[in-house]
Amino acid sequence: MSSNVAILDASKIKYSSPGREAVRRLFHHRSAIIGMIILGFLLTLAIFAEQIAPYNPIQLLRDVDRRAAPCIHLLGCPADQPEHLFGIDGNSRDLLSRVIFGSRLSLQVGVSTVSFAILIGGIIGAIAGFIGGWVDDVLMRVMDVLMAFPSLLLAIAIVSVLGTGLINALLAIGIVSIPRFARLVRSTVISVKELEYVVAARSIGATQGRLLFGHIIPNSLTPLIVQATLGIATAILDAAALSFLGLGAEPPRPEWGLMLGEERNSIFNAPHLVFFPGVAIMLTVLGFNLLGDGLRDALDPRLRGTGAG
Amino acid sequence: MLRFMARRLVLLIPVAIGILLVTFLIVRLIPGDPCIAMLGERATEAKCDAFKERYGLNDNVFVQFVRYIGNMAQGDFGNSIRFSRPVSDIVAERLPMTIELTLFAMLFSTTVGIFLGIISALKPNSLTDTLTMILANIGVSMPVFWLGLMLAYFFALVMKDTPLFIPPSGRLGASVTLINLAKHWGLENLTGVPKFVVYFMSNSAILNSIITGNWSTLKDALWHLILPSVAVGTIPLAIIARMTRSTLVEVMQQDYVRTARAKGVKERNVVSSHAMRNVMIPVITIIGIETGSLLSGAVLTETVFALPGVGTMLVQSILSRDYPVVQGFTLIIAIIFVLINLFVDVSYAYLDPRVRLE
Repeated sequence: MSSNVAILDASKIKYSSPGREAVRRLFHHRSAIIGMIILGFLLTLAIFAEQIAPYNPIQLLRDVDRRAAPCIHLLGCPADQPEHLFGIDGNSRDLLSRVIFGSRLSLQVGVSTVSFAILIGGIIGAIAGFIGGWVDDVLMRVMDVLMAFPSLLLAIAIVSVLGTGLINALLAIGIVSIPRFARLVRSTVISVKELEYVVAARSIGATQGRLLFGHIIPNSLTPLIVQATLGIATAILDAAALSFLGLGAEPPRPEWGLMLGEERNSIFNAPHLVFFPGVAIMLTVLGFNLLGDGLRDALDPRLRGTGAG
Repeated sequence: MLRFMARRLVLLIPVAIGILLVTFLIVRLIPGDPCIAMLGERATEAKCDAFKERYGLNDNVFVQFVRYIGNMAQGDFGNSIRFSRPVSDIVAERLPMTIELTLFAMLFSTTVGIFLGIISALKPNSLTDTLTMILANIGVSMPVFWLGLMLAYFFALVMKDTPLFIPPSGRLGASVTLINLAKHWGLENLTGVPKFVVYFMSNSAILNSIITGNWSTLKDALWHLILPSVAVGTIPLAIIARMTRSTLVEVMQQDYVRTARAKGVKERNVVSSHAMRNVMIPVITIIGIETGSLLSGAVLTETVFALPGVGTMLVQSILSRDYPVVQGFTLIIAIIFVLINLFVDVSYAYLDPRVRLE
């Protein structure tokens, strides 16, 4: 596998730009491809949830038993019964539809919390790295303190202040993720700041703002993209955990963590209610983790050398 | 080495003050009147005045913060509103469970993780390697509470009548009880730190049963700890296995490994004494980083296995707005986390002399 990639690299490297090269590497990376397939599938489910889901996710169904096991015609469920691939939940709703709609929520949760964290963390990190001195010291000590708490526990503490609910849980997870992005942006800004092209731009009289936004930040993006992808995975897990504990999303919202939390006592008599939402969470997180690993290999210039050699 | 430790301890001071500030703010930042938030909507004005007087809420914030630090330094975490008893007593009751769970999960994840990492690294791209790495990827992506539920289902229901049956919930079996050590030793009148220590030992099922020589209780306690520890340890295990594998693969290509082989050192010794020493440095860093996820995982998993630890208490306290308890537990967990990281840093410096000189 790796020698194969090396040969392709050698023959094409002269003709392609670094950006195109990175994309091509990404599409040749085994785990990145699997990650993209999983995420593409989930994205399709999320966008077309209304068309794909057989039932309304919060509609209570009549004529079904609560917590009924999955009824799949192919696997011998009588054809005169309505088909419920994932079974029926504790409020007589179709579990498959709820899991499908849950994908929408989970992707939104991951992307929104990480965007929030990148925005705030990026600004803090850029300021700290660019200005330096006491500003840097103060900002980074604050980040140290936030990092001194296990992140999920800090999120729980923040939720206890803000009150429970999905929005507050997202805000809490966003806040806890800030230090990681702030540190990352700070360290890349510091290393990029001293490179020749930035010094050159400064010497021809570029303003501070232009230096930061025109030269430094665009060149600091690579590690940020990788960290953001992996950060989405963590955010989805943490949001599911908060909802599982009853501190996040509220019923009847089809949130995977909440679905698990509501039915955790049914594990022995209706295990399907716990199994499917958990698999959905795992698959989503796996997708982002694999894509993140692939992006790191494709975008990180240091690894580019070692991979070919 | 001593200088390194001293410097590391000095660096801890701003972090400690920051942690105290954050936990202090938890209670101050509650939207609205703290009195209503804590005593409920039906609190009368007289009750509120008494409450504010008692907790010193009428003083200025700076005075309050200094007093808060003073109280915490003396181990006074205030009183629980729900239980009307000192938070420190509740901590002594709940903390042993969470620490036992975290330690066992850590033991499981490091031993199994390093072992899997080594066997994958020694035969890269073999079937074992591929399987281990696929499992590691899946392991990292699983929600810990879901894994806990699945393990409970498998080992308690599917394996019900086999020797593999493992109890899915509770700290001890129904007929097993712990001896109250304070009573046992006639030390019921203790206060302060000694009281906390005796309480803590008494409530730790493992310590308690070892101290009293109650081996059947010890066996029962360990038996109940298996599934939660496996659930909590799986994510760190996956990360440790990946880290061990990638570092060992790299180290095995180093000159000193080739030299050792050329000298005729047995392969087993090449790995154990030449390669592994260098592998342990990044692996220990990862273990330190993963402590946070172990503690969070313990908190989540307690809910699944109905274990009387910090996590279950914390969640109940948030839902019933028992802020002193939330504050106390958050502080304790942050302190434990910081101390473990300190320990990791020190062992890091012990293993790698270069770190000491930086």
